[in-house]
Order: sequence, then C-alpha cells, then structure tokens
Amino acid sequence: MFWLDTKRVIKSGFINFIRSSLISLSSVLVVTITLSIIASLIFLQAILQFSLSEMEDKVDVTIYFTVGAPEEQILNLKSSLEELPEVASVGYLTSDEAIRDFRLRHTDDYLTLQALEETGKNPLGASLNIRAQEPSQYESIATFLEGDSAVVVETSDIIDGDINYYKNKEIIDKLTSIINSSQQLGFFFTFIFIIISIIITFNTIRLTIYVAREEIEVMRLVGAGNKYIRGPFMVEGVIYGVISSLITIIIFYPITSWFGREMSSFFGMNLSEYYLNNFFQIFIIILLSGVALGTISSFLAVRKYLNK
Amino acid sequence: MINFENISKFYNGDPALDSINLSVSAGEFISIVGQSGAGKTTLIKLILAEEKPTSGSVFFDSVDIHSLKNNAITKMRRRMGVIFQDFRLLPRKTVYENIAFAMETAGKTDEEIETDVPYILDLVDIKSKALLFPHQLSGGEKQRLAIARAIINQPEVIIADEPTGNLDPINTNEVIQILKKINDLGTTVILTTHNPRIIDSLKKRVVSMEKGKIISDNEKGKYKI
Ligand SMILES: Nc1ncnc2c1ncn2[C@@H]1O[C@H](COP(=O)(O)OP(=O)(O)O)[C@@H](O)[C@H]1O
Ligand SMILES: [Mg+2]
Repeated sequence: MFWLDTKRVIKSGFINFIRSSLISLSSVLVVTITLSIIASLIFLQAILQFSLSEMEDKVDVTIYFTVGAPEEQILNLKSSLEELPEVASVGYLTSDEAIRDFRLRHTDDYLTLQALEETGKNPLGASLNIRAQEPSQYESIATFLEGDSAVVVETSDIIDGDINYYKNKEIIDKLTSIINSSQQLGFFFTFIFIIISIIITFNTIRLTIYVAREEIEVMRLVGAGNKYIRGPFMVEGVIYGVISSLITIIIFYPITSWFGREMSSFFGMNLSEYYLNNFFQIFIIILLSGVALGTISSFLAVRKYLNK
Repeated sequence: MINFENISKFYNGDPALDSINLSVSAGEFISIVGQSGAGKTTLIKLILAEEKPTSGSVFFDSVDIHSLKNNAITKMRRRMGVIFQDFRLLPRKTVYENIAFAMETAGKTDEEIETDVPYILDLVDIKSKALLFPHQLSGGEKQRLAIARAIINQPEVIIADEPTGNLDPINTNEVIQILKKINDLGTTVILTTHNPRIIDSLKKRVVSMEKGKIISDNEKGKYKI
C-alpha cells in the first residue's frame, strides 16, 4: 500500500511538473537564483577566509639573539615555546642563515656588501620566529617571554633588545579587529541574503500553489487523503530543487573558470581551482539546499489549504 | 442515514440556515428546492464538513460529522459522491486520470483502475474523450465526467448541488435520468436545484427551502408554489 501510494504520488508529481510547464519554469528560475546566491556566498566566504588567513600569516613575533649566543639555550627556549598551546610554530634561523639571507637580499647593493666584508665577521645574531594559532594570542606569548619561568630568565641576557611584539602591537591589534569584524560581517550578510532568498522562493512557490487551491479543495471533497494532495506538490518541489541545483552547478563552471583566468591575482586565489577541488561538497550543499527549499516551501504552502 | 438536528448557520450574523431539522433515509431520492440564496449549498457544505454549523449537529449513520478529526472526515467523504454546478474537475488531469485519481485515493489497485475507468466512461458516454482535459469538454460532458467520478467508488450517497445549473435542457434531463438510475440501483441521492420543473416528473420527495428555513416537505410530491 505504501509503495503503491508513493509510486502514484511521484508519478503525479512528475506529470504535474510537465503539464504546468510555465509555472514550473518560473519556480525553477527563482530557486536557481536563490541557489546561485548561496553558491556566490560560498565563494565569497572562501575568498574572505583566504584573504584573512593570508593577513594572519603576515603577523609574527621574532626574538633576536645576541651574536654568539649559545645555540643550546636558544633551542631550549624554542622547545619550551613550542609547548605553549597558543604557538603554532617556531622557526629557528641561525646567524649563518641570517647572513646568507641578508646577502641574498642585497646582491645588488655593493656598498652594503662591501661594508659587511670590511667588518670581517658576522654581525647578525640568530633569531626565533614565532607564529601563534590566532593573531589575538601574540599578547599572551609576549607575556610568557617577559615572565620569570626558568628558561626565560636563563635566556634573558642573550636576547638582543626587546622582542618586536610591542613595535608591532598596534598593527597586530588592528589586523585582529579587521579580521574579526570582516568575519562577522561576512556571516551576517550571508545569513541575511540566505534568509531573503528563502523568503522569495517560499513566496513564489506559495503563489504557484495558490493557483492550485481550488484543485486542492476538489481533491479534499472527493475524499483524497493528505498524502495524495500534498505528495505531488512536494514531489514537484523536489524536482524544482534538483533541476535548479543542476543548472546552478553547471552555470558556475564557466563563471568560476572566468574568475580563475581573469581574477586570480586580484583575489589571491583561483576560484576555478577552488570550485573543482571542493566540487563534491559544493554540489551537495547546493543540491540539499535546493531540495529542502522546494519541498519545505511546498509542504508549508499546501498545509495552509489542508487545515482549513 | 443523514440527520440534521436543529442546524443553524450564520455568516457574519446573517442566518443562511435557521433551525433546520431534516432526516434522509437510506435509498431515498430527495430534492431540495429553493431560490438562489435559500441556503441549499450551505446545507450541502455541512454534510461534506466543508463548513461547521453555528449550532446543531449533522449525523451520518449516527456519527456527528462535525466532531470528526480530519482523517475521519476524509474517510467519511469516500462514502459520499459529490457533484457540483461548476463540475469541479481536476484541471491538470485528463478525463481518464480524473476518475483514476478518485480510485487511487480510495486505495484501489492498478488492475481495478484499468478495468473500471473505461467501463464507467462508457457508461456516461465519454469513453472517446478519455485523453482530453476538462477544458476541452462541453458542459454536459463535464457533468457526466463529474457523475462518473462521484459513483466510481460505489458511495452510499450521491450529493448533487445544482448539477444542472450550467446545462441546457437536454443535458439537464440526461443528468436527472442518470441520477434516477443510480437511485434505482439503491444509492441514496440528495439533489438541490432552484428549478423545480426538472424534478416534477420524478415523483420523489421534495423539500422546499426559503431564506434558510424548510417551508414544505412532500413525500412523492410535486413542487408546490
Ligand atoms: N461563505 C459565505 N460567506 C458569507 N455568506 C455566505 C457564504 N456562503 C453563503 N452565504 C450566504 O448564505 C446564504 C445562503 O447561501 P447558499 O447556501 O449558497 O444559497 P443557495 O445555494 O440556496 O443559493 C446567502 O444569503 C449567501 O449570501
Ligand atoms: Mg447554491
């Protein structure tokens, strides 16, 4: 009985979809627009996240050591820093590496190189480059470095000058707040846009079902149970969702390719690659959103006439 | 079979039905006659549980229709066949599918549908129109389709609200004769009309209404003015 009913409901949903082609077309159009908005927001979020993490990567704290500071102590400090939960990574640059990098950077600058040769020895000390998990955590790392734990006290006289955190503090704080507020703003707008498009879709589908309200009433009067009335409309909703998500997925292929070709350097990321690499997740999100939009809207719209 | 007990129905304070008491027995052919606005459709809507009474009760086989839940109302409607002045066919379904739909909702098998639908379409003489849509039919054909749909599940009672209101005299007579035949086979028929002439020849029970009240009830009667 269940399968017989289900078969009939699905068949009738498909037949209705085909027969009311104009209504179906406009519903598919509206759902497609909604899904395109959702897809665009997915890409915008990706660009935003990417730019923000780029910015985050630019923030770090470096500790410079005096020339000739014993490596053992430096490595000691490095490993205790690495144990801090806030620390993502600690990079160690020996003074040899420092001078090599310096030379590389100044290959064209004879005067500087000559001056360096004249001193006859390496004036650069080793350094530790610390990256936090989150930009907001540099503060507590700096606090650790000023504290009185054994390692810190032990190394205090080989540290050359202040750690550069305080010099950078203002920039770091500004970055942190920009990152936080852009994330919040991003989520806020995503949320608003999704709500708006859901409302528009819901109203469109409600309108198409409003057109069929007399049909619903007749079905009720000839003794049709709710599943026979509501079922085909929900099947139509599923069809709207599936077709719209396929259209959306397809039209975003040339769109992202264009962005990939033309705008990669502007965004700092290749949207086309992002789309292809995350194709499956994006497809599932779009498909589920489409099907959910179509079915839930139909369900709610028909309910109004069933509970009369 | 159907009993109205002290039924009143008000629309915005105006009475459409005023203290109606009426009893319809199984197998009866009852015609409810009255001018437009007399309250005939309202009476029918109360049997179908399309509207709720302001006061009083309607019983169908001693069950108070308006105390039923949605599901039970649906089941009860399957025991009735309804025919309307404006046909109320399903516009997106073909002639064949309109009948098939009524059978599907009643839980009939595909085999039953495949044998019964052509049979009933033949009976009301629209078999050749099976694949057309309602808007492609004439008024008489639409009403014969509506009748076919109403009787396909062998209901206990046929409720026809001005079924001839939109038909010419020939089609009108045909519809009345079909209803009479249905009644002869044992099904109760409740028919409303504002045109008493069409039922004069029936010699069946006639209830006259005026302004929401029953003003006469004649067994085997002719309509009296
Ligand atoms: N939904 C409604 N809202 C308000 N008044 C209504 C409604 N339906 C019917 N009426 C009123 O109830 C009275 C009886 O109407 P109805 O039962 O349709 O009469 P009939 O079918 O005999 O022509 C009329 O005065 C009509 O205007
Ligand atoms: Mg009427």
